[in-house]
Order: sequence, then C-alpha cells, then structure tokens
Amino acid sequence: MELTGADILVRCLKDEGVKYIFGYPGGAALHIYDALYRQDDVRHILVRHEQGASHAADGYARVTGEPGVVLVTSGPGVTNTITGIATAYMDSIPMVIISGQVPTHLIGDDAFQEVDALGVSRPCVKHNFLVRDVKDLATTIKKAFFIANSGKPGPVVVDVPKDVTANKTEYWYPESVAMRSYNPTIRGHTGQIKKAAKLLLSAKRPIIYTGGGVTTAGGEKELRQLVRRLDYPCTNTLMGLGCYPANDPLFIGMLGMHGTYEANMAMHDCDVMLAVGARFDDRITGDLTKFAPYAKIIHVDIDPASIGKNVGVEIPIVGDAKHVLSDLLKAIEKLDIEPNFEALKAWWNQINSWRSIDCLSYDRQSDKIKPQYVLEKLYEITSGDAFVTSDVGQHQMWAAQFYRFDEPRRWVNSGGLGTMGFGLPAAMGVRLAYPESDVVCVTGEASIIMCIQELSTCKQYDLPIKIINLNNRYMGMVRQWQEFFYDRRYSHSYMDALPNFVDLAKSFGHDGVLVENPADVEDALRETMARKDDLVFMDFITDPTENVFPMIAAGSGHNEMHLSPKAESKDAAPQERELA
Amino acid sequence: MEEKRHIISVLLENESGALSRVAGLFSARGYNIETLTVAPTDDETLSRMTIVTVGSESVVEQITKQLNKLIEVVKVLNLAQRSHIERELMLVKVRATGELRDEVKRLAEIFRGRIIDVTESIYIIELTGEGSKLDAFIDTLKVTEILELVRSGVSGIARGDSSLSISNRISKNS
Ligand SMILES: Cc1cc2nc3c(=O)[nH]c(=O)nc-3n(C[C@H](O)[C@H](O)[C@H](O)COP(=O)(O)OP(=O)(O)OC[C@H]3O[C@@H](n4cnc5c(N)ncnc54)[C@H](O)[C@@H]3O)c2cc1C
Ligand SMILES: Cc1ncc(C[n+]2csc(CCOP(=O)(O)OP(=O)(O)O)c2C)c(N)n1
Ligand SMILES: [Mg+2]
Repeated sequence: MELTGADILVRCLKDEGVKYIFGYPGGAALHIYDALYRQDDVRHILVRHEQGASHAADGYARVTGEPGVVLVTSGPGVTNTITGIATAYMDSIPMVIISGQVPTHLIGDDAFQEVDALGVSRPCVKHNFLVRDVKDLATTIKKAFFIANSGKPGPVVVDVPKDVTANKTEYWYPESVAMRSYNPTIRGHTGQIKKAAKLLLSAKRPIIYTGGGVTTAGGEKELRQLVRRLDYPCTNTLMGLGCYPANDPLFIGMLGMHGTYEANMAMHDCDVMLAVGARFDDRITGDLTKFAPYAKIIHVDIDPASIGKNVGVEIPIVGDAKHVLSDLLKAIEKLDIEPNFEALKAWWNQINSWRSIDCLSYDRQSDKIKPQYVLEKLYEITSGDAFVTSDVGQHQMWAAQFYRFDEPRRWVNSGGLGTMGFGLPAAMGVRLAYPESDVVCVTGEASIIMCIQELSTCKQYDLPIKIINLNNRYMGMVRQWQEFFYDRRYSHSYMDALPNFVDLAKSFGHDGVLVENPADVEDALRETMARKDDLVFMDFITDPTENVFPMIAAGSGHNEMHLSPKAESKDAAPQERELA
Repeated sequence: MEEKRHIISVLLENESGALSRVAGLFSARGYNIETLTVAPTDDETLSRMTIVTVGSESVVEQITKQLNKLIEVVKVLNLAQRSHIERELMLVKVRATGELRDEVKRLAEIFRGRIIDVTESIYIIELTGEGSKLDAFIDTLKVTEILELVRSGVSGIARGDSSLSISNRISKNS
C-alpha cells in the first residue's frame, strides 16, 4: 500500500525503535504532525521552545546511548534548534533532527519561513540531508540514524519539504544501509596495540587519562579491568566522569582547568600517558608547550582527526575504545611482563602526597551556604544514584567535583560548547528515559533563566525533576574570571532584578523552596528528594564570593595551579623534582 | 613549522551539497585554498576534486583527516607525497595589432599555446601546463596588453600504478 511521506516518516521512526520525539509544530511540518496524531507508537513531547527540544533529545541520548530525535518546522523552528545541535556536535552525541521545509518548488524563493536548513546547520552537524523525493525518504532516515550513532557519533539533520510529506509511495524500511564513503574503523591495529602494551608496562610514572569516548563505546568495564590489572592512576575528563568510579582509590579525580591537584600534577610529571576517547581539549592541556613534558603518549580514538591534532603522540591507535582496551588487556597478558612495581610505589607515594593537599577543601565554618556543601549533601542523600544534569558555570564545576559518579551516563552536561540553558531540558530527556529514577538539575540563577519555559513542559508530562539552583546572584564563572584577570571590574556579570524563583515555580504549577541558612540545607534536601512525584525548585542562596578551585589559568601549565586559600595553606610549595 | 604547497586529490560522491561541505570545512577551520577544481569522473556518481593548499605538515595532515571525515568523501590522496603530474588550463585574451600580431603568435608557439580565436585586433590563446609555465607565459605577454585572463586551477594525477579510484569498500551496519 502506498503511504504519504508523513506517514512513512513516522513509520520509519517506529521501525527504528524510537520511543520519544521532542518537537514543536508549524506550517511545513503539519502533515507530519497529522501523521503523529493518527498513531500511538512514537510519543511526541511538546516543548516550549525548539532549543528545549534539542537539549531534551540530547539528554535522552546521553543517558541511553540511543539517538535523540527532534521534530521542528522550517525557518525559525529549525534555527531555534541550532544551539542544541551545536551542543550535541561538540560532545559527540547522536541525534536526528527532522525539520520541515517549504515545498520543493518554492525552495530558493525566499518563501514564507524558508531558511537554508542545510546551510545553517552544516558547520555543526555530522551530516545533513535534504529529501527531494518521497521515494528516498525511508533510506535517508535509515542513513541518518546509522550515521548519527556509529563511529564518532553526532547530530544529523534531515530536511523534509512539505510536498515530500504529502506525496505517496510504497513503504519499505531498509534493514541496513551500505555507504562506500563512510566506514568507521572499529578494531585497533594489532601491531600498534602490542607496542602500546610494551610501552605501558615499561612506565615508571604512568597515567591513564580517559574521556567521553569510553562512555560512547561502553568501555567502562574494560577500562576498570585495565586500570586494576596495572594498578595505574586513572583520571577522567569532565565528559568521561563515571567511566572509572570516583570512589575507587586508583581514581585521582578530574583533570584540566578545574581538575584536582593530584590529577594535573600527575599529568605533568608522567612518563607514559594512555589517552582513551579523550581529545586533548584546551581546557585539559592548558599551555601546549608546557603540557606533559616527559610523556610518551598512546592515543586511542575512533576519530583519526582527533589524534595528533593538538599534541604529538608516540603510538596512535584508531579504533573503538571498548575493542581496543580489551585487545590491549589481552596483549598485556600475552607479554608476560610485570609492571615496574618499585617505580610504581614511588609514583603512588608522590601522588598521595599531592592528594594530601586536599585541593577541594573549602570553608565549612561559614555562616553562608557554600555551594560545595549543598552538592556534598546532595550526593549523600541520593546515595550517588541520581542522574545529574547541569548548566554552565561555577555550579557545573562544583557538581563535577563533589558529586562522585561511579557509573557512566549519569552525569549530563555541556562540555564542549558550554551551553547555558542546557540543564533543565536535558533533565526532561533523562527523566523520560528513566521514569523511576531521581533526576536532579544543578543550575545557576543565570543559566536556569535561559530555558525556564520548559517548566511548563515538565508540568504537562509530569516530570518530577529536582532543580538545585545555586543562587549566587552573579554569573559566578564570569565574575571569577573578572576577579582574577580583570582587576575585579565586574562588568555585567551581576544579576540584577532576579525573579522570585519559588513563586515562579509555583506559577508553572510546581513547588519551590527557599533555603538561606547552612543549617537548613540537609533537611531541605532530604524532604525534597523524598517528594518523588513533584518537581521542586530549590533556591539555595549561596555565598556570592565563592570561587572554583583548583584553577589553571588559560595559558598556564599543569604545575601552575591556583589553589583555594584553604588548600594553599597545606601546599608544600611544589618542590623541584628530578624527572627523566 | 615549514609551510609547503600541497596538492590534494579528493574522490567524492557527486551530490549537490558536497562541494559546499568541502569549501565550508576550509573556511571554518581556517585552511587556505589556492585553487580548487571539481568535475564528475567517468563514473558519473563520483566527482574528482583537486585542491591546492599551503600549510605545515601537521596542518595538511589535519586537512586530509578532516576531508576524510566528510560523509560524502570516498578517498583522499596527498599528491605532494608522491610523484605526480599537475596541469592547469589558461585562456587569455590579448591585444594583437600591427607587428604585435606576429610577436604574440611567436610567443604562444614557444609556450606551445594555441590561438583559438582571432579578430582584427585580438587573439585568444589557450595554454595548459604547470602553474609556473602559465606564470612565465603571462610574464612574456607584457609586450602587449592582456584584456582578460582565466585559469582553471590545478588538476592533478599520480604517476604510475597508484590510482585514486574506488575499490569495493562498502560499509554495512548490522
Ligand atoms: C566552564 C567549563 C569548564 C570546563 N573545565 C574542564 C575541566 O576542568 N576539565 C575537563 O576535563 N573539561 C573541562 N571542560 C570541558 C571541556 O571543554 C571539554 O568538553 C572536555 O574536556 C572534553 O572531554 P573529552 O576529551 O573527554 O572529549 P569528548 O568531547 O567527550 O570527546 C570524546 C572523544 O572520544 C572519541 N570517541 C568517541 N567515540 C569513541 C569510541 N567509541 N571509541 C573511542 N573514541 C571515541 C571522540 O572522537 C573524541 O575525540 C569545561 C567546560 C566548561 C563549559
Ligand atoms: C549561552 C551562553 N552564554 C554565555 C555563556 C558564558 N558564561 C559561562 S558561565 C556564565 C555564567 C553562568 O552563571 P550562573 O548560571 O549563575 O552560574 P554560576 O557560574 O554563578 O554558578 C556565562 C555567562 C555561556 N556559557 N553560554
Ligand atoms: Mg550564578
């Protein structure tokens, strides 16, 4: 039987196993919306702004590993998703964005609500398609899902003109697609893996540095086996948190600009570095000329372009992290060489002395609420089991430092693009994926305003997210930079005329609580987390002067960290060390 | 690092968006393009593109890797790394009056150019060769007046056995 393009599109989604799509209707998408109305297989979540749809789909993808799906109309519908698409692109998150387009005969005419969707999205998608013929629709959708979630994942836009959604053809969804021009490498090169195993075992001061790619690959089990087999220290990027359990003694914390003292010092001093699914971002490396000066580097990444991009490497291995880690383990067993236990012991002693500085310590006696304290308590009260999304700023860094993730896909934040407004809509996607779990959005009073309209979506679909607003009345992260690097000229980083967040939440049909005293933090959190069915907006009035430490200023080396006043007092001023 | 001229051959799907993706990649990542030529091949589903760029080894390595990442790109080859032939086509319209008519004709012959259009006062000369030969010819044309000049940009091909064509590398998802 022949079906219309709109019906075909919806059938494709069903056959692809899509459970939710996040969208917003409009002229060019109306045939598709009509097709959605006539079925129950794919559930449509109506957001309040298309940016929200893209972040919600992204959040869904981050916790499930399945592509998030967005449906929007042409013109403003699709331009509103661009921030969300770019966010997903930077963090390698699989998404399929279906945008309505003006009818084919009007394309290029400056027609009503026409925008060149392929053109505006091109710089921030893995790929995009314009479907010109209804006969190509099903295969294009199949290709879009395949491309989005294979190799290095990313967002794919499919632009569908209105007439294509009205035209009819026979429906047939391909089982698989073949593309001669797209063929990601999965298995690592055996010879390279063997070389890597030898180099690893010869290390005196090794470090294992892993990122989001291990999560994508589902390689956490292999990573844990490798680290424990070797007894080597492991650090994760902001995107890789949870791949190695934060509570394990071999974990030395996050690295990078706001990473731990021990992780950054160990990165600086190491002689062999195994980097897996991490891309040597500038927030990790700081000044490249001072980066890991003694290290021989092994870099495992599925994207050849990520290898050698910023930092020269000794042993490049292109492949999927899970496969390569498992092959590496086998290669190590085969070699029958033991790690250098003596050197390793000295290395751990060194690391432990860095650890003893306790770089995340903060003032616990303060009469103001310290944001770190709120997150520590949140961690305790949720037993570390919650899904935590965040926005962008100081609160994001504190969440990363103080919520100790033991599993991957629990920590959901925008790392590469740093998109304020991400947290709340992303939490919606997470909650839909895990309707029985605690979902917490850690945010700041500036970020939350950027997609606050989604509180209305949460009402419509009963999404009892807990919002932890660390309200410092500043764009704290901006203020911190202005304090350090602009002589305290707080130019436009002050949040004047804030809403009453409790009332705001109530006006959307939710509840809110204001917490102003440190003594009330724990009880308020306990009571709120116990309210399983309600969205509660918790407005914590925090110390506006608090800064995120440690901090490596842009352009500095890993051994040039600023420490908190508290930790500074314990710092046994970095001594000169003999390293080879 | 030392900046060198590189000539990169790209085999890509003959699809409407492909060219803008390549051009967009170069502008977004700040790579420079000296010349770019593209046309369909004997297999009409494929286009062949030649890009001339200048950059350090590491930049050019990134360029080839990034080109390879584009979904429509089937193969990439850096011709500068092997023995190859490159050619460029130039059409030049010059003033040819009086005794200059013979002089310009003589120069064209020396460079193995062909005069392909003639009026009372004008020649159009066609010349192919490496860029440096075209440059040299332009230089000699100073004896007269160049009215219009168009160059195609470089096309390149590797010498000998190595060829940039598709083997049957087909990817399948399961
Ligand atoms: C305010 C702020 C502060 C920040 N501070 C820090 C900080 O202190 N520390 C920090 O770490 N980050 C920080 N970031 C985040 C930073 O900007 C980067 O997003 C992050 O460091 C990148 O993480 P990653 O290297 O794990 O790469 P990702 O972006 O997660 O990329 C994953 C890598 O793995 C590869 N890959 C994908 N799939 C696979 C697979 N199957 N197998 C193998 N490889 C694969 C990809 O090709 C890519 O190279 C901060 C961000 C913000 C907004
Ligand atoms: C959309 C967007 N605009 C601007 C920025 C730059 N920026 C980074 S952090 C920040 C301040 C965030 O303030 P808030 O949400 O209150 O968090 P805090 O740092 O105070 O915890 C700004 C403006 C950004 N990351 N995203
Ligand atoms: Mg703030």
